[in-house]
Amino acid sequence: MPEKKALVFKGRAFKFGDNIDTDVIIPARYLNTLDPDELASHCMEDTDSGFPKKVKGGEFLVAGENFGCGSSREHAPIAIKASGISCVIASSFARIFYRNAINIGLPIMESKEAAAGIKNGDMVEVDLNSGKITNKTTGKSYEAEPFPLFMQNIVNAGGLVQSVRKELSKGE
Amino acid sequence: MTVTEKILAVHAGLEEAKPGQLVQAHCDMMLANDITAPIAIQEFYKLGVDRVYDSGRIALVPDHFTPNKDIKSAQQAQYVREFARKMGLLNYFEVGEMGIEHALLPEKGLVLPGDLVIGADSHTCTYGALGAFSTGVGSTDLACGMATGRAWFKVPESLKFTIKGKLRKWVSGKDLILRIIGDIGVDGARYMAMEFAGEGIKNLSMDSRFTIANMAIEAGAKNGIFPVDDLTLSYVKKSMQEGRRKDPYTIYSSDPEANYKQVYEYILDDLQPQVAFPHLPENTKNISEAGEIHVDQVVIGSCTNGRLEDLEIAAKILGGKKVHKGVRTLVFPATQNIYLEALKKGYIEALVEAGAAVSTPTCGPCLGGHMGILAQGERAVSTTNRNFVGRMGHKESEVYLASPAVAAASAIAGKIISPEKVMG
Repeated sequence: MPEKKALVFKGRAFKFGDNIDTDVIIPARYLNTLDPDELASHCMEDTDSGFPKKVKGGEFLVAGENFGCGSSREHAPIAIKASGISCVIASSFARIFYRNAINIGLPIMESKEAAAGIKNGDMVEVDLNSGKITNKTTGKSYEAEPFPLFMQNIVNAGGLVQSVRKELSKGE
Repeated sequence: MTVTEKILAVHAGLEEAKPGQLVQAHCDMMLANDITAPIAIQEFYKLGVDRVYDSGRIALVPDHFTPNKDIKSAQQAQYVREFARKMGLLNYFEVGEMGIEHALLPEKGLVLPGDLVIGADSHTCTYGALGAFSTGVGSTDLACGMATGRAWFKVPESLKFTIKGKLRKWVSGKDLILRIIGDIGVDGARYMAMEFAGEGIKNLSMDSRFTIANMAIEAGAKNGIFPVDDLTLSYVKKSMQEGRRKDPYTIYSSDPEANYKQVYEYILDDLQPQVAFPHLPENTKNISEAGEIHVDQVVIGSCTNGRLEDLEIAAKILGGKKVHKGVRTLVFPATQNIYLEALKKGYIEALVEAGAAVSTPTCGPCLGGHMGILAQGERAVSTTNRNFVGRMGHKESEVYLASPAVAAASAIAGKIISPEKVMG
């Protein structure tokens, strides 16, 4: 069994729609830097210019279908993580965004019901281990799609680099 | 098994691969650019290794913000260049020899049929035109790939697109893929393979096939893939002449009893030029239904449509005519070689005489990086691949996606128009 860390987050939800693309998450004009804080300061700005200032730390980003579609830029999950968002909950994720989020250790959860049931400003609690999402404002709870064991191991190792590093050191 | 399942199975050392299965597979080629490589390099160093697994199987192409648009981009490009030198990478392409990565790698013979390729760029799916499995990944995936030669994959389900017939005049692969995305939506193939098949494929040029595979990602697909035929083989024979890849390649094809999540049929003869309206590639309309859309800028180029055939059609339409007064018409040949060929064939001369500005290869305008940014309220018709909010500049600008033929005709008319109307 993989080692499990206790990870419970609680905070307000910022709600967005379907097909939130990587150009909206972090416009390409800012991709001339690797600095997570600088990227975070432009996160979501073309759709919600005040977003980086509104996030105080620990909030959730809740969205509809196909979150993170478009480019492969890892700057997108990095910007979200550095903005202070604790976890992204969406009906579905675009595939490159999904693997990037796992690889860099940005918690994500897939649940059509939660994404539909959570409104902007609702207070949400998430238990990453059990996959339970609770809307504290409405009292409703939801179960997220569990990660396959293989991905859970990457998440638990703290990202792909840490997981591969472990593997490489075993080989020596 | 489908061709995608076969290639994944072979590269994972397995007899069989089934949709949903997670596999660790060996990669034949890996790619990153000046935007994605810096993060990959940073993460690579965190792995505690000091050399790449194979210096011949990593291609680094500074194409996005090059020739560098500002100091920060120059710093990033320098970081990539120094890494390439330090690791002795054989396939680093400097400005002057480079091109837009997805036109460059096939042209240089770096991707072969049956390959498994990952690239830290979403349009890596382009190489499916050669019968390879190729897919976009993030920088961290690439970092681990550069160290180990492997990556993890979930074997995708496949959608089959059976293509019949022949394209009409002024209609190209771009129109087919825009129509497909319009039909199935920007997540219609999410996490799946888009496999193209059918007797109509022989009537599609290699350049059209690259355009179609290139935009598989715009339907959310993991990869797009074509069967290998005589046209593919003659392309590969030519591209391998530089000798960058000497290993033998294998041609895979889907079994007759392979499983598909869904099968679609497209008849090329029925297709008319398409335009994807803002702000999603799925907002596709027949050009006859486009209405009066005046444009400020026309962009012809990119990894989607910057190949020789694209420049040829643009030159044919614009040759002997003038671009509409006030319409900024920008042409970007995708590689140095394409540029040179277009020059020799007189396409560049025709375009410049018509009033188009021709640039060195860069991804610049496609992603709103540089060389053609839109101001507030401006509109462009572009042969690129995305029309998201703010993609080419100001968040209140608009991008309409179309083929090079439609873009060239629109440059003359100053509004989105069918090439038929300009050419008679």
